[in-house]
Amino acid sequence: MAVGIIGWGSYLPRNRIKLEEIAAVWGADAPSYKKGLLLYEKSVPAPDQDVITLSVEASRKALKRAGIDPRKIGAVYIGSESHPYAVKPSGTTVAEAIGCSNDVHCADFEFACKAGSEAMYVAHSHVKAGEMPYALGIGADTSQGAPGDALEYSASAGAAAFIMGAENVVATIDYSHSWMSDTPDFWRREYEHYPQHAGRFTGEPAYFRTTMGCANALLEKCGMKPEDFAYCVFHQPNGKFPQRAAKKLGFDINSEQFTTGWLTPWLGNTYSGSSPIGLTAILDVAKPGDKIFMVSYGSGAGSDGFVFTVTDEIDKIRDKADFTRPQLDENKHYLTYGQYTKFRGKILRNS
Amino acid sequence: MAQTLTARVWREQPQRYRMIANKDKKSGKVYFPPRLVTPDDLNAEFEDVQLSGAGKIASWTVIRVAPAPFTDLSPYALAIIETEEGVNVTAQIADCDVENIKTGMPVKFEFRKIYEDNEASIIYYGYKAVIV
Amino acid sequence: MRDVAVVGIGITKFGELWEQSFRNLFVEAGKAAILDSGVEKIDSMYVGCMSSGLFVGQEHIGCLMADYLGVSPIPAVRVESACASGGVAFRQAFIEVASGMSDVVLAGGVEKMTDVDGAIATYALATAADAEYEGFQGVTFPGLYAMMARAHMDRYGTTSEMLAHVSVKNHDNGNLNPYAQFPVKITVDTVLNSVMVADPLHILDCSPVTDGAAAVIVTTVENAKKLGKPAIRIAGSGMATDSIALHSRDDMTTLNATKVAAEKAFAMANMTLKDIDFAEVHDCFTIAELIVLESLGVYAPGKAGEAAMAGETARSGSFPVNPSGGLKSKGHPVGATGIAQIVELVKQLRGEAENGRQLDNVKRGLAQNMGGSGGSATVHILEV
Repeated sequence: MAVGIIGWGSYLPRNRIKLEEIAAVWGADAPSYKKGLLLYEKSVPAPDQDVITLSVEASRKALKRAGIDPRKIGAVYIGSESHPYAVKPSGTTVAEAIGCSNDVHCADFEFACKAGSEAMYVAHSHVKAGEMPYALGIGADTSQGAPGDALEYSASAGAAAFIMGAENVVATIDYSHSWMSDTPDFWRREYEHYPQHAGRFTGEPAYFRTTMGCANALLEKCGMKPEDFAYCVFHQPNGKFPQRAAKKLGFDINSEQFTTGWLTPWLGNTYSGSSPIGLTAILDVAKPGDKIFMVSYGSGAGSDGFVFTVTDEIDKIRDKADFTRPQLDENKHYLTYGQYTKFRGKILRNS
Repeated sequence: MAQTLTARVWREQPQRYRMIANKDKKSGKVYFPPRLVTPDDLNAEFEDVQLSGAGKIASWTVIRVAPAPFTDLSPYALAIIETEEGVNVTAQIADCDVENIKTGMPVKFEFRKIYEDNEASIIYYGYKAVIV
Repeated sequence: MRDVAVVGIGITKFGELWEQSFRNLFVEAGKAAILDSGVEKIDSMYVGCMSSGLFVGQEHIGCLMADYLGVSPIPAVRVESACASGGVAFRQAFIEVASGMSDVVLAGGVEKMTDVDGAIATYALATAADAEYEGFQGVTFPGLYAMMARAHMDRYGTTSEMLAHVSVKNHDNGNLNPYAQFPVKITVDTVLNSVMVADPLHILDCSPVTDGAAAVIVTTVENAKKLGKPAIRIAGSGMATDSIALHSRDDMTTLNATKVAAEKAFAMANMTLKDIDFAEVHDCFTIAELIVLESLGVYAPGKAGEAAMAGETARSGSFPVNPSGGLKSKGHPVGATGIAQIVELVKQLRGEAENGRQLDNVKRGLAQNMGGSGGSATVHILEV
C-alpha cells in the first residue's frame, strides 16, 4: 500500500525584518553575516500569531488540497519548540479549529528543529500501519533568538502541514530513516526565555555529522544517487549550512534541485517548520514521477530523512490552496527593530 | 479588567474557531452567532452552517484608543464584514495598512490570537479578517 | 393613567471631580431635586447607573443611595440600560406615579467614571456592546459610532466638516452652562485637527469621560399644583430596543429603537414633531446627533449634516438641539445623562436656563436618550 502525503499547506507571516536592521542595533557587520551565513531577512510573527494560529492556517490549506472530511483524521501532531503553552497541548486547539472529531490522537512534539519532521514521521507510520485513514503532521515555530545573539538573525516563524493517507496520495513516502546521537549543541532549560547554543560546535560535530549521517544512510537504504532526485531539501539554520551539506552529498546547489526548497536566506530559520516548509515549496511545483530527498535536523541531535515519489494526483490538487513562494516573496511588511522587539515581547515593561 | 474567561471562551469555540452559524430552515436566513428563535417563529427549526470565511467590508474604523486587553495592538482596524452567507460579523482586520482600507474590499477570515489576560493566562483565539 | 409632572430638579457640576465620591455625587443631586420640589418625602426612587461595578466596584446601589440620601426604608432600585439608564429611570418613575402606585418618586442618574484609567473606562463602556461578538473583538464605542459614521458618509456623502459643526454648536451652548464639563467655544478647524480616536471620529467628535449626577422629582400634576411649583407635564414617554450588536442591523445609518420610542411618545402625547420646540438628544458622538435627528424625523435621511452646517439646530435656529451643550460639551456621566437631559428640558420650559442660553418662548421639549450603539432608547416629551 502506497502511503504518503495527500495534502500539504504552508503559512508564512507577512512581517519581515532585514538583517541590516538587526545588525545596526548590535554593531554587527551586516555584509559579513550576509556573506558568511547567506541570511538577508527573516519572517516575524504578528502579535496575534503563534504556533497554534500558524498551524491552523497551514492545516486548513492542507485540508483544502486533500479534500477530506476532517472528522476522519485520526491523529494531529504538531512539532515545535515554541508551543504557546508549557503545559497544555497546541494540537487540541488546532484539531478543534480545523473541525476534527473528538476521536483523535493528539500530541505535541519537541525536538529542537526536528519536531516537525517527527510529526510527519509518526503521522505517516500510523496510516501505514492501518491504524487510521488519515493523520496530520505539522511543523511550526515562532522561534526566538536572544537579543544580540547570532540566532537573532535567523530565528523566524512559519508552519507547514501534511495530511498523510493511503488514497489519492500525491507524494508517496518510499523510504524513511532516522539518525540520532546525544550531541548538546543547542538547548533551552525550563523557564528560560531564550535558547543557548554551543557556538561553532553546532556546525561540524552537530549539524553536519547528523545531517550527513542520516542522508548517507537514507541514500544507501533506497539505493539511489543524488542525481536521481528532482529535488532535495535539508534543515536550514542559515543559507550556508544546507548548501554545504547538499554539495558534499553530491546535489547540485546551483540548480532547481536544491534552490526550490532553499528558503532560509529570505525566510530565516523556521525551526520545526524549516525543511517541511521547504518541502511545501517543492510540492507546489513538482511533477508526477519526481523523486524528492528530505533530511531534517534537530539539535540535541537527530535527523529524519524521507524519500518521496510524486504521483499523477498532484496536478489535481496543487492549485486548491496558495503556494509557499508567493507568501515568501509578496505582500511583505518590513519592521523596524523597535517594532520587532515589541512584537516579540522583548521589551521589559511594567506588569 | 482581567477576568478569567476560560469557560465562556470554551463554550463559544464552534463560533470562534470554525465560524459555525445556523440557518432558519424556513426562511433560509443565516444567523451568526446561532440563534434559538427567530423574530417570526419561537419554534423555528435551524441547521448548522459553517461560514465560508469569505466576505467584504461593509464599514470600518481604526481603533486608536483601545480598551484594556487590546492596548498593545492599537492602532488596529476593525470592521463589520458582510459574509458571503449574508450575515454580518464584527472582526478586526489583521496585518493591514490602516491607511489603505476601503469599504467593499474583499476579505477572508484567519485564525488568530484575540487576546490574553496576561502571560500566565489562557490564550483566547478566534477569527480576524485579512484583506484578500 | 394619572397626569404626571416634574416638580423638582437637581444636578451636580459635571467633570473630572477628584474630591467627589460616587455616593456623594448622587446625594448632592438628589438633595437639590428634593429641595427644589418642596416635597416633604418621597415614596420611591430609581437610580440610573450603567456600570458602578466596573467603575467603582459597587453594586446594590439602590440601597446605598437611599441610605445616604436619608430616605430608607423606601423602595429604591437601580435601573440599567447602558447610557440610556437615566432615561429608563425617569420612565420607571413616570410609570410608577402614573399608575397610582406612588405619589412622589425620585428619578436619578449617576456615574463616577474617572476613578479608573482610560483603558479600563473604555473597556467598561464597551461592555454595553455585545460582549461575546463585539467586545471580544476589541470594539470600542467610538469605534462603533465611527462605523456608523463611515456608513453614513459612504451612503449620503456626509463629511467630517458636518460632524465638526455639531461639536462646535454644542460647545457654543455648553459654554453658557455653569454645570458643563467643557464650557469652551471651539472652531471647526479645532475639531478637524484634533487627534483621531476611531477614524473618522476625532476626539472632539466624542463626548468625554465624566463624573456627575442628576435627579428629578416626579409627582402628579395635581400634587404639583398644591406644591405651588411650575408643573412641567410629562406628555409622552416611549422606549424601544434594537439588536445589541451594530452588525445585526439591516441599516447602520438609522436608529430604529429611537424611531420607535419616538413614535410611542408622540402617540401618547397625541402630538407630532411640529408641536416640539426644541430637543435634548444623545450626542455621545457627533454622528449620533445627526442620525438621531434623522431617526426622529426632524430631517430626512442624510440631511441632518447640511442642517447642522446651516445652523438650523443652533439656539437661534429653526429647531434648537442640545441647548445644554449636549453630551459633547456638558459631559456624559453615562447613567446620569438621561436625567440631565430632563433637567435641561425643565429649565428651558420653566424659563430658568442660565447665562443667556434660554430659548425664546418654548412650550414643548423632547429628550432622546440611548444605550449602546442605539440598542435601547427612550424618548420623553415634556410641556409646560
